[in-house]
Amino acid sequence: MPQLRQIFNRRLLLIASTLFSLPAFAVREYNLPEPASTITREIYDLHMLTAWVATVIMIIVTGIIVYALINFRKSKGYKPDMEFNHTWFGRWSWALVPAIVLGIDFSIAGSATKTLRNIESHDPAEVTVKVTGSQWKWTYEYMDDDIKIVSNLNKDIPSDDVLYLRDVDNRLVLPTNKRVRFLHTATDVLHAWWVPAISYKKDSIPGYINETWTVIDKEGVYRGQCAENCGTGHAYMPIVVEAVSPEKYDEWMNGQKVAMAAATAEASADKTWELAELMERGEKLYNTNCAACHMPTGAGIPGVFPALKGSPVAMGEMSKHINTVVKGVAGTAMAAWGNQLNDLELAAIVTYERNAWGNNTGDSAQPADIKAAR
Amino acid sequence: MSEATAHDDHHDHKPTGIGRWLFSTNHKDIGTMYLIFALVMLFLGGASAMVLRMELFMPGIQIVDPDTYNNLLTNHALIMVFGMVMPAGAGMANWMIPMMIGAPDMALPRLNNLSFWLLPMAATMLILSMVVSYFPGTGTMVNTGWTLYPPLSVQSGMGMDFLIFTVHILGISSILAAINIVTTIVNMRAPGMTWFKLPLFVWSWLFTGLLLIMIMPVLAGGVTMLLFDRHFGTSFFDAAGGGDPVLFQHLFWFFGHPEVYVLLLPSIGVLGLIIPTFSRKPLFAYKPLVWFMAALTALGMVVWAHHQYTVGMSLDATTYFMIGTILISIPVGMMLMSFIFTMWRGAMTFETPMLFGIAIILMFSFAGVTGVMLAVVPADLQYHDSYFVVAHFHYALIPGSVFGLYAAVFYWLPKWTGNMYNETQGKIFFWWTTLSFNLTFFPQHFSGLAGMPRRIVDYSPQFADFNYLSSVGGMLFGLSHLLFLYIIIKTVKGGEKAPANPWEGSQIGTTGLEWTLPSPPPFHSFNTPPAIK
Repeated sequence: MPQLRQIFNRRLLLIASTLFSLPAFAVREYNLPEPASTITREIYDLHMLTAWVATVIMIIVTGIIVYALINFRKSKGYKPDMEFNHTWFGRWSWALVPAIVLGIDFSIAGSATKTLRNIESHDPAEVTVKVTGSQWKWTYEYMDDDIKIVSNLNKDIPSDDVLYLRDVDNRLVLPTNKRVRFLHTATDVLHAWWVPAISYKKDSIPGYINETWTVIDKEGVYRGQCAENCGTGHAYMPIVVEAVSPEKYDEWMNGQKVAMAAATAEASADKTWELAELMERGEKLYNTNCAACHMPTGAGIPGVFPALKGSPVAMGEMSKHINTVVKGVAGTAMAAWGNQLNDLELAAIVTYERNAWGNNTGDSAQPADIKAAR
Repeated sequence: MSEATAHDDHHDHKPTGIGRWLFSTNHKDIGTMYLIFALVMLFLGGASAMVLRMELFMPGIQIVDPDTYNNLLTNHALIMVFGMVMPAGAGMANWMIPMMIGAPDMALPRLNNLSFWLLPMAATMLILSMVVSYFPGTGTMVNTGWTLYPPLSVQSGMGMDFLIFTVHILGISSILAAINIVTTIVNMRAPGMTWFKLPLFVWSWLFTGLLLIMIMPVLAGGVTMLLFDRHFGTSFFDAAGGGDPVLFQHLFWFFGHPEVYVLLLPSIGVLGLIIPTFSRKPLFAYKPLVWFMAALTALGMVVWAHHQYTVGMSLDATTYFMIGTILISIPVGMMLMSFIFTMWRGAMTFETPMLFGIAIILMFSFAGVTGVMLAVVPADLQYHDSYFVVAHFHYALIPGSVFGLYAAVFYWLPKWTGNMYNETQGKIFFWWTTLSFNLTFFPQHFSGLAGMPRRIVDYSPQFADFNYLSSVGGMLFGLSHLLFLYIIIKTVKGGEKAPANPWEGSQIGTTGLEWTLPSPPPFHSFNTPPAIK
């Protein structure tokens, strides 16, 4: 009936157009990301081996079943072979089938063990980065150069952009063609640092250090995400690695050292700052570091994260407020920010908290106050 | 034989009213209660999954905030594993094992009653763990996933304490039921029902019961240690106090890995009845299959840390667990071969139980091969905590456990109710549920490989296509269960009368005595032990 066909075609068109009208830039990746380091290339090859073995096994098994479904039907008049269990196959398959499976297993296990040994090798590394997971950001410390980078989610990207939840403010910069060793740990709960193109993952466990390594052999920008449930912000702590030539890396590293020296000088305890300057810095720092839990409005989440607006801590004794921020609160999600920010940054945040959202205490904390509280 | 049944009819008087159910010591009634409980939990667990898939339909936050999302995914798993699959299995074990072995009831009927009635208490605790977090001052919702890893689970609010008590109660229920089942199988077989005459379903429950007795206490210990870390100042899982978060993981997975065999083996047992019945041919390699089931039980106890390849174990430890896990493919492969070669050169018909049986073999094999992929440590260091793992275990659990339960429901509804279900409706349910299941979970292999982690409320548009398909599939999969419910209710209420043995091939090979009883069987069956040829 032409009418039915028209309706069917229209519906098919509607479904097809719905499916195909998904954002055009959405990349349809069917496999692991293209490897950009020696070790991920080896892992990729191992993955392809097992994927092929899996595919071939499924083809064979499906073939046998389909053959059986077509031919061994009562409706076709087939009479069941009641003696099948007593054929040689019936009597020996219990040994034959395991032997075949074992053979397949050996082929996989051989390659797997070789790659695993490579992963767990401890050859000397030229660059060592300590990767610390926190709720909910990453901190990178270049151990040989004493440079620290805190990497937060870039919240300004809308949900239809391919970089949504995949971009950060400060990237981890690494050199290509040098062995980089990562030391993974955490400050609060379990996290996991996963950038599939350049390295495999190990968990970040508070109080412990796990080691991974890589040799990136292609310059580029590589992205990843936290891969161990760490609570509310688990989806909101991406990773961006920028791999550059060793020369560019050295140049970048020198730039970082200069900036670090300048920041340390600026934050020294013998400087006094105006309220307005502290407020300006404090607002930016608060929104980057504190607003995830205490909210940009200072309202917190009732029952979970205390409000700072109108709070007895933010409006009460200065030393108690500073102590809470610098030392944290044990047994809760309130971290010890003294380990993560310098004296000027902490002074600015405390000042902001004491004066924003109508708190208006008029107080200002100075770097010297923070230093005294440590 | 007919004298014995006539004698049994005399004893078909049953207690009446609410007391019949509250104080039941009858394996059929208790089995029915388990099954109804599981059916309710199926819809609760399924509803939470529907909310998850609706949130993940498109990038962006649409319906739930991150903590509620993670709470729902925690409850989805706990409800499905502890509230649906295990009680449904226990219900079928209760209904069928005494009849299969010619016993009048379970060995410990009053313990049986307790095992069941602990479950509604546990379900109440579970609901409380969700509800309590909506009261002010009770801290964060449980947002850890069903694995409850510290330190995050130490941070969680009051809901976690209720959840720990839920796990305690569920554990007691399972341990008591397992003791009952193992004792019944060992001690109450009718004379002549020797070990290698037992239907595969009975063997699978023997191993399941032994597993439960060995593993549930370990889980109870682990969550109790968690409770102590939370409230009594211990630091089992806190490095600052000399403890280790990974200790919890080992305790949990020492329970958790054999648990998947607890979920799987009963369905394998069901398949061991259904495939021979509808192929009209005896089960292939029955005796080796029993030995391989024993091997699976033993091997399954010593490979738990393949869930923990990323925690930083030594090379020797990860190598050992990798080899052990890869070797599990041998007994599992043998089981699947056994079913395939039962079909081979049989005379098959394709009623609903058989359709599920064949789909299970195909899709569970697929889970098996992705399992071997995951067993390889270097590759798992990429797959771990991605959607590749989610896809793998749903292919293992849904075809392996859940479809096994569905197949059993269609296979045994005539026996339980005395009515045939509507075969056309059954077939529609089969196709609807199988196709939508595949649409839901097959794309997740790809989103996982592309880099999408697990347990995230929101994702970047590069994963959008796969999530879109998965969510459409998920909605359809959820809806199919309304048809399932309809079929069950309709069959319970009435239908074409079912004979004692509605399935032509069910008496071929190693089969139990359940088909010698009328449909439905009398309240008390086999008050005198039957004669077994």
